[in-house]
Amino acid sequence: MSAPTLDRSATGSPDEATLQEQFDATIAADRRIEPRDWMPEGYRKTLVRQVAQHAHSEIIGMQPEGDWLLAAPSLRRKAVLLAKVQDEAGHGLYLYSAAETLGADRADLTDKLIEGRQKYSSIFNYPTPAYADVGVIGWLVDGAAICNQVPLCRSSYGPYARAMIRVCKEESFHQRQGYELLMTMMRGTDEQRAMVQDAVDRWWWPSLMMFGPPDDESPNTAQSMAWGIKRHTNDELRQRFVDMTVPQAQALGVTLPDPDLAWDADSGHWRFGAIDWEEFRRVLAGDGPKNAERIARRRAARDDNAWVVEAATAYARKHERGAA
Amino acid sequence: MHEETVYDALTNAHGEAGHWAFGTGFDDPLAGVDTTVPDGIDPADLGAYCLMLGDDALVLAQRLTQWITRAPELEEEVAIGNIALDLLGQARLLLARAGSVGVLGRSREQATATIPDEDALAYFRDVDEFRSTALVAAPDADFAQAVVRLVAASTVRLAVFTRLRSSRDPVLAAIAAKGVHELAYHRDHAARWVLRLGDGTEESHRRARSAVEAVWPLLADLFTATDVEERLAAAGVAVDPAAVRDEVRDVLTQVLERATLPVPAWPAGAPPRGRLGEHGPELAELLGILQGLARQHPAATW
Ligand SMILES: [Fe+2]
Ligand SMILES: [Fe+2]
Repeated sequence: MSAPTLDRSATGSPDEATLQEQFDATIAADRRIEPRDWMPEGYRKTLVRQVAQHAHSEIIGMQPEGDWLLAAPSLRRKAVLLAKVQDEAGHGLYLYSAAETLGADRADLTDKLIEGRQKYSSIFNYPTPAYADVGVIGWLVDGAAICNQVPLCRSSYGPYARAMIRVCKEESFHQRQGYELLMTMMRGTDEQRAMVQDAVDRWWWPSLMMFGPPDDESPNTAQSMAWGIKRHTNDELRQRFVDMTVPQAQALGVTLPDPDLAWDADSGHWRFGAIDWEEFRRVLAGDGPKNAERIARRRAARDDNAWVVEAATAYARKHERGAA
Repeated sequence: MHEETVYDALTNAHGEAGHWAFGTGFDDPLAGVDTTVPDGIDPADLGAYCLMLGDDALVLAQRLTQWITRAPELEEEVAIGNIALDLLGQARLLLARAGSVGVLGRSREQATATIPDEDALAYFRDVDEFRSTALVAAPDADFAQAVVRLVAASTVRLAVFTRLRSSRDPVLAAIAAKGVHELAYHRDHAARWVLRLGDGTEESHRRARSAVEAVWPLLADLFTATDVEERLAAAGVAVDPAAVRDEVRDVLTQVLERATLPVPAWPAGAPPRGRLGEHGPELAELLGILQGLARQHPAATW
């Protein structure tokens, strides 16, 4: 992996001090850092990790819902779901491209994902046993993703910010489509209503965990906020999501599985119960219901088709030479 | 984009309906189209013909969809998604057209009245009522088979749709006019892969070659007209499949030659079994997965 930066060996040299000053000024003025600009190594590394993890989440996130593509219960639902899963592949592509502007390499990042050296959002390690899960994922998981990602449209790193603008627009379609499926199912049979409630019961807490650990256990947040690659703390975003979602649940006619959920008129927020962070850590550490299966499929897509990629490379090389 | 407007749009989720992804709207796919059958055309024949073309598209879309999350590259996930969405769109229009002329087979014995025609036909017909060919139903063992089958199927379909643009049925003509652009892209996309695989590495050449050997026999029944097609072709509504055979053979031969792949002998013509509802076990299996959930909940609305 080669990074297109200036020589970074002379740490503390006047040159680097000047560059650091310029970088700090850019951040302070809320302007964008672009790929050719100098940036501190910590900034680059943190960004590569964040963007890669985001890209991996988009790609692994295709699987839980993708499992329903073949069995979607109407042709229209099949088209909606196929378009959504395809969008997620597109999101993965933009994000890997953004990571490549930082000197990373897509194939290398994919290897790191498969070898467990980089993470993806642990929400995608939960199973999707019912079609209602497709609607609930759109509503809650895409909904939580939007809350996380809208602020990133103002990320200090230009390519990431621009990718996020496009991604967020599409995520908001996904959220509406998911919610609309649930509305339709709630108007259907008793069995369908029960399916929706059951799916909400299973996905509510994991979707709150999507915002990451609480602020007092999130040591990197302060540095990321200072660098402008994070705009709000985990707890702020989680609260925003809850406040947005509770009225939607009421309109839908489902109960959120939290007896402590209550409106707090003083603060103007919905208060919610304690999150089981033990489960979060367990799933993140690889012990979720579907971790092994998700990675196995990604590995199979890479390994079973390696001969295809080799063929495309060999063909391109031959025909490049032929043309020259 | 301002942060606030995005959040606003989310909380007002029902304000506007104009933001659904392409091809995923609620509308009756034939809304606003004059579905009157032109004089002298037998609606039963027209509907049966639409099922042939629609079922091919539906079954091939389903086969392609099996590659999603399993494709060689992310770019290919997107491309396969596009192609499957196009075919699904064609299937929906054609099945809706069959329904609009009253051709619903036995589907309405099981499908409740709230289920639209396209879904009644897709989800509640039994396998012997399907009119697709063996070419689209065959499972693909590897990516080479997927792209060799796709180049064959889209070459045939493009040749048919090109002619159908002047069908006397205005609905078919409109579906074909839109479809030719899609199919030209499908064919070129698949052909480019066949070139890369045929002229890539030793292994890819070997795999492409076995794919061709597996797919070519499936071309045998594609160019034999059924009675329905003969009558409709004579009436200027359908295309006689025999009329496109030479063109298809020329195109496919050219693709294989450029891909440095041996061109197998063209298979002798066979009776159009699939078009008459005779299918192998692979179609029953595919339909079992496609239809399972919808049939478990026949009273549900999705
Ligand atoms: Fe996404
Ligand atoms: Fe999404």
